[in-house]
Amino acid sequence: MNPRPDNRGAAIDLESVTKAYGAFKALDGVSLGIEPGEFMTLLGPSGSGKTTTLNVIAGFTDVTSGKLLVGEKSVVGVPAHKRNIGVVFQHYALFPHMTVGRNVAYPLTLRGVDQAKRKVRVARALDMVKMGDFAHRYPSELSGGQQQRVALARAIVFDPPLLLMDEPLGALDKKLREWLQLEIKRIHRELGTTFVYVTHDQEEALVLSDRIAVFNRGRIEQVGTGRQLYDEPATLFVGRFIGDSTVLRGEARSDGTSTALTIAGEAVTAPRRLAGETNPVMLLRPEKLSLRRAGQTAAAGTNRLSGTIAEAIYLGSGSKYEVKLADGSVAIVRSPLTGESFGLGEKVELCFDGADAKLLADDSTADTTLT
Amino acid sequence: MSALEPTTQPAAAVRPGRAWRPFALTLPALVLLAAVIGYPLITIVLRSLSEPEWGAQNYVWFFGAPVNLAVLQRTFTISAWVTLVCVVCAYPYAYLMTAVGPRIRLVLVLCVLIPFWVSGVVRTLSWVILLQDSGVINSLLRSAGFTGIRLIRTQTGVVIGMAQVLLPFMILPLYSVMKGIDLKLVQAARSLGARPSRAFFTVYLPLSLPGVYAGAIIVFILALGFYITPALLGGPRSTMLSTLVQTQVLSLLQWGRGGAMGVVLLVTTFLLLALAAPVMRSRHREAGRR
Repeated sequence: MNPRPDNRGAAIDLESVTKAYGAFKALDGVSLGIEPGEFMTLLGPSGSGKTTTLNVIAGFTDVTSGKLLVGEKSVVGVPAHKRNIGVVFQHYALFPHMTVGRNVAYPLTLRGVDQAKRKVRVARALDMVKMGDFAHRYPSELSGGQQQRVALARAIVFDPPLLLMDEPLGALDKKLREWLQLEIKRIHRELGTTFVYVTHDQEEALVLSDRIAVFNRGRIEQVGTGRQLYDEPATLFVGRFIGDSTVLRGEARSDGTSTALTIAGEAVTAPRRLAGETNPVMLLRPEKLSLRRAGQTAAAGTNRLSGTIAEAIYLGSGSKYEVKLADGSVAIVRSPLTGESFGLGEKVELCFDGADAKLLADDSTADTTLT
Repeated sequence: MSALEPTTQPAAAVRPGRAWRPFALTLPALVLLAAVIGYPLITIVLRSLSEPEWGAQNYVWFFGAPVNLAVLQRTFTISAWVTLVCVVCAYPYAYLMTAVGPRIRLVLVLCVLIPFWVSGVVRTLSWVILLQDSGVINSLLRSAGFTGIRLIRTQTGVVIGMAQVLLPFMILPLYSVMKGIDLKLVQAARSLGARPSRAFFTVYLPLSLPGVYAGAIIVFILALGFYITPALLGGPRSTMLSTLVQTQVLSLLQWGRGGAMGVVLLVTTFLLLALAAPVMRSRHREAGRR
């Protein structure tokens, strides 16, 4: 299919959308703006409201309150079949009694496209997902990855301005998943359609998305590019959900410009302070931490915490260490191949620059929802 | 591209010397079937050809008497009507069973099964009470100002009574097929632009047809051999073949003629099923089911 710069895809606007089931709020005031042609990923643990959001956009679920605009038109109350939105389901949802060709032709038949045009468009959509040779097969004769590609072709064949995908790669193995991620990215670039993609896999979200909306307990915690979420998490939940992280908790004391945490007798400082009375914690990324044998001297101004190596993992491109700190918490450190290597049980010092520590409000949901 | 996709290993072959073993487990069932179906069936075929003397005289008699052919045709007509009534009543019922929560489903299942636990004669007699000229239905009609309608000893009465008795045989296979249909498929059809009715006719209905066929075959075949219900609810103009067989065998002691009637019914049934088979062969594969 030709890129369609004139028809780039629909903008989506959710304004304080709430979906309640009795007293339980599956969505609790979700507001999200998606640009035309954007690849937006809804990321979060199960039960966080990301799939409910998708169902609300698709028209499978009614909203309790709030506004929903697709292409600047309100679609609240519009039934699913009138929304003209492509949907790809986790378990493919191909019609088992139709061949691949008839599956893909189905939305065109419904729209009264004549047979000659239908044939051309079906062939084009199947070619786009590299399934052109399979039109006469039945879905049961295809592998999971092939079925999902057919489902994708069926969802784009009628040129919807918006495509929704609900964990489409969730049922596939890792190799295939990684390869299909790149395929989806390519199709998104070629079509220029707005994509909304639901996943609980943060790596997948980072690979695919222009922007990511992180969901937790029916709310959006933060919206941003992968880099923004990794470097500048707005909440502890986001910091822990995206990428590896070490969270330092201790007795906190803030003066005008800096915050000090005392962890099992050792103090670390960060040159910032958190507004308000909340209890601050420090979040550190593994590549911002370094290890040193106990007793070696360090540069002045570097924070140091003593610990022991609890796990050493060789990753090929470097090493990953889990360091048990004096208060029992575990820090994750990634060190380059060129650095020193440490053995299990070795006494080490964990060093970091206070400027690299993110100060965040302690959020009890961050730990409980992750496991 | 497909090289990346996982291939399934072929299942390990069963060791050739022991391949018969699983079949040994079917032995009790086979012995029972041979004893209670095979032996009587062979006997009936033989007696239809050998009594009172060897030859086809019983079949010549059957096809020579217009009344026999009329009854045979009526037997099939009534069974077809019963099947149709059962499909129409069972389809929404079975669908509802898949759509409700477990507690209401239990109630629905019980409603299907309780009549099973009541003797067929009792159930048929209760239909007599309902359908007879001075029965409940006609009393209600008259008190509402309508004239009464004749139900008992008519073909309609027979169809109503038989459909009620046979309904569970339609509901249960339908339910078992319907509960396997992934409702995401209907959702997918909706998202692709299908109105609810269109989604039903293009996706749900075709996927539920195997259940319709299975139930229809069971109901149709059971209806062909029905005896008590047509005998009690029917009149002389709604006699079914089983009643004629009964008269020949038990009243007139004509085992040959009775046997010939049974064989004709059996062969005609097989012919009809063979004709219907190409339609019923499900063209879709079993994938897409949970």
